[in-house]
Amino acid sequence: MTDGNTELTYLYDGTFEGFLCCIYDSYVHKEVPTRIDTEDGMPMLFEATKWIKTDWNHAQSIYASLAKKIGMEAQEFLRDAFLSNAPNKEIYMYHYICMGYKLGRKIFDYLTDPTVDYLVKAVKNVNRECQKYLGFIRFTQYGDVMVACITPKNRVLPRLAPHFENRFPDSSFLIYDKTHKMAVVKRPEGMVITSMEKLTLPTISDEEQAYRRLWKCFLKNIAIEERTNPKCQMNLMPKRYWKDMDEDMLSEYKDGDLLRKIEGNA
Amino acid sequence: MDVMDKLAILTDAAKYDVACTSSGNDRSGEQGKVGNTVSSGICHSFAKDGRCVSLLKILLSNCCTYDCKYCLNRSSNDVRRATFTPREIAELTMNFYRRNYIEGLFLSSAVLSSPDHTMELMIQAISILRNEYRFNGYIHAKAIPGADNRLVEELGLLADRMSVNIELPSQTGLEDLAPDKKPEAILKPMARITDGITENRNELAIFRHAPKFVPAGQSTQMIIGATPDSDYSILQTSEKLYKRYQLKRVFFSAYTPVVEDSRLPSIDTKPPLLREHRLYQADWLMRFYGFSANEIVDRKNPNMNLGIDPKCNWAMHHLEQFPVEINAAPYDMLLRVPGIGVNSAQRIVQARRMTKLNFDGLKRLGVVLKRARYFILCQGKMDENVKFDSDHILRALLSPADAARLPTCEGEQMRLDEWAASNLRIGGLAG
Repeated sequence: MTDGNTELTYLYDGTFEGFLCCIYDSYVHKEVPTRIDTEDGMPMLFEATKWIKTDWNHAQSIYASLAKKIGMEAQEFLRDAFLSNAPNKEIYMYHYICMGYKLGRKIFDYLTDPTVDYLVKAVKNVNRECQKYLGFIRFTQYGDVMVACITPKNRVLPRLAPHFENRFPDSSFLIYDKTHKMAVVKRPEGMVITSMEKLTLPTISDEEQAYRRLWKCFLKNIAIEERTNPKCQMNLMPKRYWKDMDEDMLSEYKDGDLLRKIEGNA
Repeated sequence: MDVMDKLAILTDAAKYDVACTSSGNDRSGEQGKVGNTVSSGICHSFAKDGRCVSLLKILLSNCCTYDCKYCLNRSSNDVRRATFTPREIAELTMNFYRRNYIEGLFLSSAVLSSPDHTMELMIQAISILRNEYRFNGYIHAKAIPGADNRLVEELGLLADRMSVNIELPSQTGLEDLAPDKKPEAILKPMARITDGITENRNELAIFRHAPKFVPAGQSTQMIIGATPDSDYSILQTSEKLYKRYQLKRVFFSAYTPVVEDSRLPSIDTKPPLLREHRLYQADWLMRFYGFSANEIVDRKNPNMNLGIDPKCNWAMHHLEQFPVEINAAPYDMLLRVPGIGVNSAQRIVQARRMTKLNFDGLKRLGVVLKRARYFILCQGKMDENVKFDSDHILRALLSPADAARLPTCEGEQMRLDEWAASNLRIGGLAG
């Protein structure tokens, strides 16, 4: 039990199940955390911290209660929100769930509430990044395996994996998330998402080089010179995506001044 | 000639076709096949002109027997010519698709000896993709005007989307600039595709596994600015195409001069990009906002105002319907408010069930208050510092440069006929 003056931080293992256990413990112990953070989060001065152990059964009961007390959509919404990189998403999700338990389905219509709004925008951000990566991911063929590397802000792998599994049902592939050091590995026997400290790749084949050249040739010729609009291009395909793409966009902009000018305006 | 050379020539020749969307059909992947399609479409890259790259957009051949004046590939033009083999097209598509460069193929062609022969080669390429390589991704195929109905039907069973380009919005334009193309030759395959889609829908209602005919629907494109056709005639034509032929999309392509000809705009004419943009805005108003073509432009004012978007323009001419109370207005009316899109209108309807909305709340819902604030009330009040006065609103909506050109009428309200007059002037200057 905490007295009203102490800040209480819950620490958990960073998994969705672990987060759900924070909700469970808060209800069982009738306490209200002011912060929910992962174990590697910085401990703050003057706050009590409590380590929340992940218990699969506790997580399961909270997860089921989301559908029962709020609505089926709440499960998906919160799973997506959890993928977000929005600061302090956990405490917002905590408040959302408390509100949802009281309001039920009505919470979906409370779009101007600051907590709901914060999470709706976070999920929108996740959706936008997923949509971009569905198109911008580039696979390189290494023998029988296709490999792609990405540098996303949000944890998009759980959302991207089913799309590519469905698209290439008979192929093996690996998508490596450099930001979060995670990978989805798909083999004929199944697909897993796992943590991966490092990924070292062999040099690419001549055939691969040839197709990259053909792709660049296509991109160069498909643009209409008279309509050149690098600012529009960069708005729709922000530069942070470029480094993981085969297009080698930077070399397209040999004129460094132009690039700087566009960035200055952006 | 190697594949790289062919790709360079046949991509360059295909680039004026604006359609590159991979939308309109959701098809799940299957064991033993490669690919799926997503109804919203996916953009895989953006070219230097800012246009989305979704499909491998190429011509099968640019060796054309026709001599359409506006076209780069016309027989009298001195350009490098190339023709892909059907297998080369299939190979390229598969290899680009595996690397996630593209959503699929957009195959068009110049008329290689005859419309039927051209379409037979296109069908060959797409058959190799579908049947031999088991390609299950998106395919958009052009129907070649003048080709046999049987070939249109055959291709329609292999493709997700088909299109026939109208190119020129009026018959006179077509007669002048494309003497080899007859309006009937364009409309015949279009009608065949429309009928095919309808028949197929009835068939699918009875036999769930009947093969699908052009499941992502049909589209077309019109060139803007090659002929004197007005926005009025372009939008009227579009509306008919949506209604009579149930087209999914009508695309507009700002004419980029590729040839010197007395019947065409001079070679140094800039493509009318702003006009193209306004036409797309009008197109969206017709497809998603419940506007009819007549409400956007009429015979009296046949061209859109370039200085202001068509929705704002409509609102300025219908101030008697504003301001609207956000907490009470029906959904259809919310859609007509400048600065409120389909998404934000839906969110307003949803959110006002729970709370009375104010201006802060609207901002959260994604309303563009910069424009909307002049046309709305929240709980009976206008936003701070907003006067409901046509001159004041018009100045706020125009770009500063255009606003400075308005006649000054200090303190008094500008009359609508003055606005209509200034309308033309602004349009003229911005153009």
